[in-house]
Amino acid sequence: MDLGLWIEWIVKAIILIVVLLIGFMYLTYMERKFLARFQNRYGPNRAGPVGLLQPMADGIKLIFKEEVIPKQADKLIFILAPVITVIPAWVILAVIPLGSIQLFGRTIDFSLAGDLNVGILYIMAVTSISVYGIVLAGWSSNNKYALLGGIRSSAQMISYELALGLAFVGPAMMASSLSLARIVEAQSKTVWFAVLQPIGFVVFLVAALAEINRSPFDMPEAEQELTAGYHVEYSGMKFAMFMLTEYTKMIVVSVIAATLFLGGYHFPFLTDRWPWLGPLVLFAKVIILLFGIIWVRATLPRVRYDQLMALGWKVMLPAALLNVFITAGVMYVLGMIA
Amino acid sequence: MIPDLILFFGLALVAVASAIGLLLSRSAVYAALNLILNFTAIAVFYLVLDAPFLALMQVTVYAGAIMVLFLFVIMLLGAEKLSTGPTLPYQRPLSILLAVILLLEAAYALFFRSSPGAPPAPALAGFGSPQAIGETLFSAYLLPFEVVSILLLAAMVGAIVLTKKPRRRG
Repeated sequence: MDLGLWIEWIVKAIILIVVLLIGFMYLTYMERKFLARFQNRYGPNRAGPVGLLQPMADGIKLIFKEEVIPKQADKLIFILAPVITVIPAWVILAVIPLGSIQLFGRTIDFSLAGDLNVGILYIMAVTSISVYGIVLAGWSSNNKYALLGGIRSSAQMISYELALGLAFVGPAMMASSLSLARIVEAQSKTVWFAVLQPIGFVVFLVAALAEINRSPFDMPEAEQELTAGYHVEYSGMKFAMFMLTEYTKMIVVSVIAATLFLGGYHFPFLTDRWPWLGPLVLFAKVIILLFGIIWVRATLPRVRYDQLMALGWKVMLPAALLNVFITAGVMYVLGMIA
Repeated sequence: MIPDLILFFGLALVAVASAIGLLLSRSAVYAALNLILNFTAIAVFYLVLDAPFLALMQVTVYAGAIMVLFLFVIMLLGAEKLSTGPTLPYQRPLSILLAVILLLEAAYALFFRSSPGAPPAPALAGFGSPQAIGETLFSAYLLPFEVVSILLLAAMVGAIVLTKKPRRRG
């Protein structure tokens, strides 16, 4: 293996993780600011100019908090659970294509493995293991609220994973490839798949909200019923790692949604002329989607647990199946005509 | 060559250690966790062998399946420690006997092969890619594929019927 390739990969991986960490910090700030404006408040405005240093202050505070481990807890799993939760959220972005540029006579691809021919399956595989951390945290705390939160979240994530997976099928069929790079290319040749796949897009957005346990589907951490859910016994940096995962997952689903349905790094005319704009275009799309997620949280009340399950199994899954069916039918008919 | 060997032996160590841990751990939760670790190590083996599709299926299907197993353990057993000692008296001698037979067979196959065996042909380009697997599945193995789908459907209907409470009349 060529040494230059190794260095390139390591640099890209570090950049990816640093971007996600900074993104997490300022996503908390963005959420608090926007929520405050939605509720006619100011939000954080004391640390630094317009409160810009608030994430640092939060981080320093959490580092100096006492780490409490319950006496009856299963210590090894209790300590490992936050780590197991963080890793899937970080590794999933490796397959997102970010475009490429010509520099010093060689093609530099911005993404880590954007051209992987099983990119969508990789995303599915990582989402399927991302529930473990939450369940393990809930179980190892030896607290009934935490356990209930963990079990709820696993039931929710397993149920919505089906709809999520079927929503992936639409773009994969239209691009006739499982590679995310091919899917973005197919969108750059026609239009965004959000236009061609309206049902799939909506199903994906709803299922993704449920998958990352965000409002209005934040049942695992319903304060009134479960005090805080699976992370009720965690404090200090371990708690911070759960928060880190939650916000990183928000970024991750926004990136995936933008890539599959909103053209990814490609924007008509703009990135055709200046390919180095690719990551910035994706960033802008992600910011808009994140704003949408925060908006939903500020607007909608939490749904009841049985309503959540009924929605997942009786509405989302049939709708996603119908979408696959319609896509296949239309593609077949168009193929016959052409 | 050297990095490949390091990678292989590291992975092999993880796979074997987690398999032994699975057998020896007395707590059902730790056994399930060891199983997940084992399956993940096997998935990385598939990746090393240039079969990413198989690797990702291994993670998705098996990790997902073990999740359900894991929940069963938590909810039904309460993760209690299993009692020590074998439950069936003839189990341990029998397992030792079978293991010795398996070892002898493997050694026989290894040392007394008639020919040294040709080195395996390198995989064709696109071998194990989603396209290749899809085409094989829907042409050569179409009948087994359809039969399995009907079998799964029957199992699904059966599960729903079994868990449904009988409706009270009147």
